[in-house]
Amino acid sequence: MPDPPTALDRPLLLSAAGLERRLGDRRLWSRLDLELAGGERLGLVAPSGAGKTLLLRTLALLDPPQAGRFSLLGRPPAAWGLPRWRAMVAYLAQRPVAGGGTVETNLRAPWRFQERRGRGGWNYERITGWLAALGRDHSFLSYDAERLSGGELQLLALLRTLQSDPTVLLLDEPTASLDGATTAAVEALLIAWLAAGPRAAVLISHDSEQIERFATRTLELPR
Amino acid sequence: MTPSSSGALTISDGRLALSGLLILVNVGLSAALRLGLSRSLLLASVRMVVQLLLVGFVLEWLFRQDDAPLIVLVGAAMALIAGVSAVQRTRQRFAGIYLNSLLSVMASSALVTGLAVTGLIQPQPWYNPQYLIPLLGMVLGNTLNGLSLGLDRFMEGLRSGRDQVETDLALGATRWEACRAVVRDAIRVAMIPTINSMMVMGLVSLPGMMTGQILQGAAPAAAVRYQIVILFMIASATALGVFAVVGLAYGRLTSADHQLRLDRLVKVGGQAEWRPAGAFLSWRRRGRSQEMALGKNNGQQD
Repeated sequence: MPDPPTALDRPLLLSAAGLERRLGDRRLWSRLDLELAGGERLGLVAPSGAGKTLLLRTLALLDPPQAGRFSLLGRPPAAWGLPRWRAMVAYLAQRPVAGGGTVETNLRAPWRFQERRGRGGWNYERITGWLAALGRDHSFLSYDAERLSGGELQLLALLRTLQSDPTVLLLDEPTASLDGATTAAVEALLIAWLAAGPRAAVLISHDSEQIERFATRTLELPR
Repeated sequence: MTPSSSGALTISDGRLALSGLLILVNVGLSAALRLGLSRSLLLASVRMVVQLLLVGFVLEWLFRQDDAPLIVLVGAAMALIAGVSAVQRTRQRFAGIYLNSLLSVMASSALVTGLAVTGLIQPQPWYNPQYLIPLLGMVLGNTLNGLSLGLDRFMEGLRSGRDQVETDLALGATRWEACRAVVRDAIRVAMIPTINSMMVMGLVSLPGMMTGQILQGAAPAAAVRYQIVILFMIASATALGVFAVVGLAYGRLTSADHQLRLDRLVKVGGQAEWRPAGAFLSWRRRGRSQEMALGKNNGQQD
């Protein structure tokens, strides 16, 4: 599935070629090519069980390699180092997990990773600004992360990933547990964040209207 | 002074048989309450008696030997059984787990027992089986428990904590940063029995070896000294062995690409029966075929 040629002002961010994925004897896809340019919001369209989540995990290199060549800003994963790759090609899981402590503890936690040293840190103003856009105030930060609702947990996971400004955001049903108003706020927030730099996103959603609203183009996975 | 010539009273065949009647208390209880344990109780009793009588003969033979390689070989065979048994109790396996366990058991027990016979207790010669074999046996028996607990806890921790580990990886954690908490927890759990037993030592429990020495006529103060050395040996061998086995399992269940490799983990059905040889062989076969299936799919990454 070749992409249309990208314009000069839309730099190529991520490319993956010749992807193949098997699950036992079943071949989910093969010879799959994918390119993402700055500003693109790619919607993944496929029936359940076609391997949408596995494609996102593959791009984040979370699973053992099967086949395919990857490059981010022209450099292969080995040149970046895998932790750096995953910080830049950030996968947001369908079922987010939070550790013990408050929301703030969880938002601060990733900044302690070796990979993040010297790359910024906890930014209270930025986080509370995002929270305000999502209809929450700063008291959300002191909630017990283990007692959050499914929707609140999704917000926490989203901010936890967004705060480090990944180059490519891989969103797996990011609003599945959110109400309509918050979903709209998340979409607006994401579009604004994506526009603020050479960034791109891939979205999986069971809601075809959301794909229509959010995606600049779609990729259909073969059955 | 040889053990048979020292102070303890000898138990005659008749009195030994009489002691077997004690198990009838259990059988009677089981029958009265319909616990359905009579058969296993009798079987366990018979096994215990046969195994111990045999060991008695083997040890009598062994203690007469004066051949370092032979005695070391017997020690290695004991370590082999311990290494295999440690894995038998785990609910999940990965290919190579037996080798990991063997390496950990052998390295830790050889190091600690070696230090004991060459430096701390110094029997003459160092391989004197009357010292080496019981010391090694006690170290192995305890290390074995630690390895079982540590391995089982680590594999279960990775499986149940998979989402948390992968969340951290997806946020840019290294495999160590993502798995550190699970590794620590496994080592902590594996050390609990050792620490507990040292805590209450002498207050709640009088260890078997010390009891034996005292029955044998040794002065309690001397027996206590042996016990202290033994407990330090057990604690350090367990710590070393657990550290090694969990470390090796960590290396196997994660990859240099900072991925979680739970696909290498296979659940096993309730293998409650103690069948070291059979399970060892059947596992080797299963483990290998699974690795081959994985190898088929391996492509290069960039």
